[in-house]
Amino acid sequence: MELNDPRGPAGPDAALRQGFVSPNWVTTRLDDLVNWSRANSLWPMAFGTACCAIEFMATAASRFDLARFGMERVAYSPRQADVLICAGRLPFKLAPVIRRVWDQMPQPKWCISMGACASTGGIFDNYAMVQGIDTIVPVDVYVPGCPPRPEGLLYGILMLQKKIKRESVFDPSLRVEQLADQSGLYLEPAAVDEVSEPFGNSVHQTRSA
Amino acid sequence: MTGAAAENPTVPSLRARFGAAVGRSAVVSGATVVWVEAGRAHEILTWLRDDPGQRYDYLVDVTAVEYRDRELPLEVVYQLRSLARTAMLRVKIDLPKAGPLEVDSVVDLWSGADWLEREVWDMFGVRFRGHPDLRRILMWENYSEGHPLRKDFPLRGRFSRSEQVRRALSAGLDAHYSLDELNIADAYDELPADVRERLAARRERER
Amino acid sequence: MAERRVLELALATPGMDAAGQPTRVPLVAAAPGGAEPELQTDHMLINIGPQHPATHGVLRLVVELDGEVVVRVIPHIGYLHSGFEKLGEYRHYNQIIPLTDRTDYLSAPANNVAFALAAEQLMGIEITERCRVLRVIACELSRIISHLVWAGTTAIDIGAFTVFLWMFQERERVYNLIEEWTGARLTTTLTRVGGLMADVPDGWTGRLRDWCTRFPKTLDEVDRMLLRNGIWLGRTQDVGVMTAAEAIDYSLSGPMLRASGVAFDVRKDHPYLGYETYDFEVPVGEHGDVYDRYLVRMEEMRQSVRILLQALERLPDGPINASDPRVILPPKRRLMSDMESMIHHFKQVMEGVPAPVGEVYVPVENPKGELGTYLVSDGSAKPVRWRIRPPSFLNIAALPKMAEGHLLSDLIAINASVDIVMGEIDR
Repeated sequence: MELNDPRGPAGPDAALRQGFVSPNWVTTRLDDLVNWSRANSLWPMAFGTACCAIEFMATAASRFDLARFGMERVAYSPRQADVLICAGRLPFKLAPVIRRVWDQMPQPKWCISMGACASTGGIFDNYAMVQGIDTIVPVDVYVPGCPPRPEGLLYGILMLQKKIKRESVFDPSLRVEQLADQSGLYLEPAAVDEVSEPFGNSVHQTRSA
Repeated sequence: MTGAAAENPTVPSLRARFGAAVGRSAVVSGATVVWVEAGRAHEILTWLRDDPGQRYDYLVDVTAVEYRDRELPLEVVYQLRSLARTAMLRVKIDLPKAGPLEVDSVVDLWSGADWLEREVWDMFGVRFRGHPDLRRILMWENYSEGHPLRKDFPLRGRFSRSEQVRRALSAGLDAHYSLDELNIADAYDELPADVRERLAARRERER
Repeated sequence: MAERRVLELALATPGMDAAGQPTRVPLVAAAPGGAEPELQTDHMLINIGPQHPATHGVLRLVVELDGEVVVRVIPHIGYLHSGFEKLGEYRHYNQIIPLTDRTDYLSAPANNVAFALAAEQLMGIEITERCRVLRVIACELSRIISHLVWAGTTAIDIGAFTVFLWMFQERERVYNLIEEWTGARLTTTLTRVGGLMADVPDGWTGRLRDWCTRFPKTLDEVDRMLLRNGIWLGRTQDVGVMTAAEAIDYSLSGPMLRASGVAFDVRKDHPYLGYETYDFEVPVGEHGDVYDRYLVRMEEMRQSVRILLQALERLPDGPINASDPRVILPPKRRLMSDMESMIHHFKQVMEGVPAPVGEVYVPVENPKGELGTYLVSDGSAKPVRWRIRPPSFLNIAALPKMAEGHLLSDLIAINASVDIVMGEIDR
């Protein structure tokens, strides 16, 4: 077992995990079974906003077909969904909506941030756009692209499946529900500012001519 | 787009009818633009719509322009079209920034102006007198950073990103429901006290 | 004959009259007050969206219901407001073209063309004949793919799932063509001020012609499914009616306006890109209901195929970019060897191309309606104001007018028939 494997007794999350059962043959087989069934039957909550939503629909349609990856039923109710796929840009006006949808999803749940705008704000570095949905919901897989090709989204989904297969049912830290702090944020303000700040050439775009 | 370089014949008719209320006019890239006085703008636009020789029955757009030169006034721009004559006219109202940014609403003339004027209010802060429901349309109801398309509004907004996220997440009920809608909700009793007070105050004002 | 009679009795709709035309069945919506007036009821306030599969984007409808009858519907928009117009004030004209893809993302090439036309008129640039014809091809392909999405999503909202899959499969075939040309399926950034990003590859016109001959058969299959379908007729006829006068008053445009009987099409009335030289018809409806909008859009797709075939016939050889070195980037070979070309390249990329002082409003016939681009320039390389006159914004503003008094399920059908795209509405 690797040094940083969170399942190990020396892993970084050791302090959090109380009542963690030491891995043995039974638990690992159970984990394999549960992870296999979870990974292969992820029902997506398609939180489609913009152009990426069209590529999501194209991925779900007959040429690329999400159904063969277990996403047979796109769940339109968050109560019945496993993975929130935020497909498209997220303006500040929509931020409480995605947070509420995320909170309404029961555990176990994962999140895929599809596209550049959902991951980092994309080309919209302005007053209206959330600079990455990870300032609002915890993201598991980021799929870059503007919009990502359906193959790209499928690769992201496969990546999520691999991530799920590495989990353990007996690790409660994986299923902790994220709560807001007193100011209403889910990350520290300094962290939000840091991931949102422009980088590279963007800092000079207020210069004209 | 091949527009005639000649001026739209509406302009001399306007000058004949309204005299000094019609300001300068120009032909820019084939289109006729005419400036009118804010005080008589509604009367002029009514005449443009109703007069049998003009019949600008289709409102294409209502928007505003603020120039980078701070001395120049804010312009409210109306794009009009006469479907029968396939003619277009651009009518502008100059609003000096020192004075109140207000014009009369044209919702009573063209119903399409409803949302267009709300957007100009939201983005520029221009008030439309007589508009039935002038509230923000693109930003949320109690957005407090200002009017985004003004030139003194920075591209990335006035607050820090964490503050913007915080405000977006903790915007209450009034951010997403108009007072009209809260009035008809069955769950009136479950509304927070401050929202109920605002509803009562508004009902008082309208009485 | 006998089977049809049984079906007609079972559905209680006559279906077809003697001439073989679909008969119009008056839809009687339950009047407010309902069938049981003595029952004390309250009105319900229901929130549809912004996250909802049938709102076609992040549209939020707050609906006041009396049972199933919609008493009031208040649309809320702005949930996709991305600050396009503000961003445009900080970008050069060529840098704005990728932004235009993301407004109406269902027909991106058409948006690119619309903006490029406006910028070229502002700067007084004349495009080449080949560029003009290729842009017509791009616009008509965009019209078809946008209507394909519309047909698929409207059908799936009303319950016909198969049509959705067929339409998206056709869209995939067009995506192949667009991807060969521009490199992207959806967000194409096809035009540049003064020309195009690239010429079509070899054999592309042949593949497009093949697709044009096969595509009308798919449309015929969809018509076989829906045109005389009793359920479709019952759900779409006399639902969401806008009369011609109302349509003009609400500034509707595109198929919404034409289905209400107003024969206005920017391609015919304010022609651009040489549309006056093409031979095509513009379908105009009569009743202004959802069914007429369906008929208008299906026919528009057929007319677009007609225009595409004509454009392919007349596509001339020649350059795709105007021969103006101040505006068009020099070819790489020249750039690397010739000082003057390098200076032009540097100035265009670093400083942008300045536009003369002035303003321009250019309307084009987008699939959704009249897309207008209003550009105001103060002589610099970045516009003072970039205003997109969004057709869907005005079309959806009329939703309360269309839907009040109808049933909740009709509201969904009417919303689908408006053919909105939130990227354009909220910008």
